[in-house]
Amino acid sequence: MVQYLRARLDASFAAISDATRRGVLEQLGRADASITDLAVKFEMTLTGMKKHVGVLEQAGLVTTEKVGRVRTCKLGPHGLEEEAAWIEGHRQLWDARFDELDDIVEELKRKKRKEKVDGRKKTE
Amino acid sequence: MDARRQSEPTPTKNRTTVERKSERELVVTRTFNGPARIVFEAWTKPELFKRWWVPKSFGLSLLSCDMDVRVGGTYRLVFAASPEPMAFFGRYNEVIPHSRLVWTNDEGGEDGAITTVTFEERGAETLVVMHDLYPSKEALDASGNTGGVSETFEQLDELLVTLGASVGRS
Repeated sequence: MVQYLRARLDASFAAISDATRRGVLEQLGRADASITDLAVKFEMTLTGMKKHVGVLEQAGLVTTEKVGRVRTCKLGPHGLEEEAAWIEGHRQLWDARFDELDDIVEELKRKKRKEKVDGRKKTE
Repeated sequence: MDARRQSEPTPTKNRTTVERKSERELVVTRTFNGPARIVFEAWTKPELFKRWWVPKSFGLSLLSCDMDVRVGGTYRLVFAASPEPMAFFGRYNEVIPHSRLVWTNDEGGEDGAITTVTFEERGAETLVVMHDLYPSKEALDASGNTGGVSETFEQLDELLVTLGASVGRS
């Protein structure tokens, strides 16, 4: 969990190291906006703005939703609400644990089957 | 044998759910693609337990893992940490093979939770429900904090506030 959160933090800090992206966050703090709105506002190409929004999105600072032909950007989910972040921390931990437990269950199943087959061979 | 192997369903990843059931309770559920006796084995044999309890992605190393899984028996996990190793320990209050485990978490003193794990076989699968009951709301609140991470998040929050990003957010 610690490493996951650190990776998220690194992404967040990298995302806000850029002046345009900080401006975008500030803008979205006032109101949701489409990528086109943001591109106009910051006087850049649509492609350029898409890239910036992509970085912010990967860091979890911005979410986007496409309705029809318009992609709307808003702040979130970090600030995740505190409770959601807390649950997410626990979920990451258990999910990582259980993925590895899956592997062990598969391994034990294979082993037991092999024992069964070997046992049968012996009694034959 | 080969024919049987081919007819096996491909293992799919099951969903982990986490719910704060009350101020003092945390419940985690997950289904595993195997019988209860196998899943139970992975929770009760130290050589298996230590392989999944500390996921590789955490970068933590487990120095030792001792488990005496019987009613009244104790366990102790020691992690490499600085400045000194960190130990997690407690006692098994209930052990019902292939079905139920209850243990205490004593490293946190009076703030430790009671952990109950149930294993419910459903066909070829097993539903595992892990239930942590904390002595207080505060103790459960604190369980999500891992060292400096929350502090770093606070720093980030402050930074965002100074950027004005939180202004007008609903």
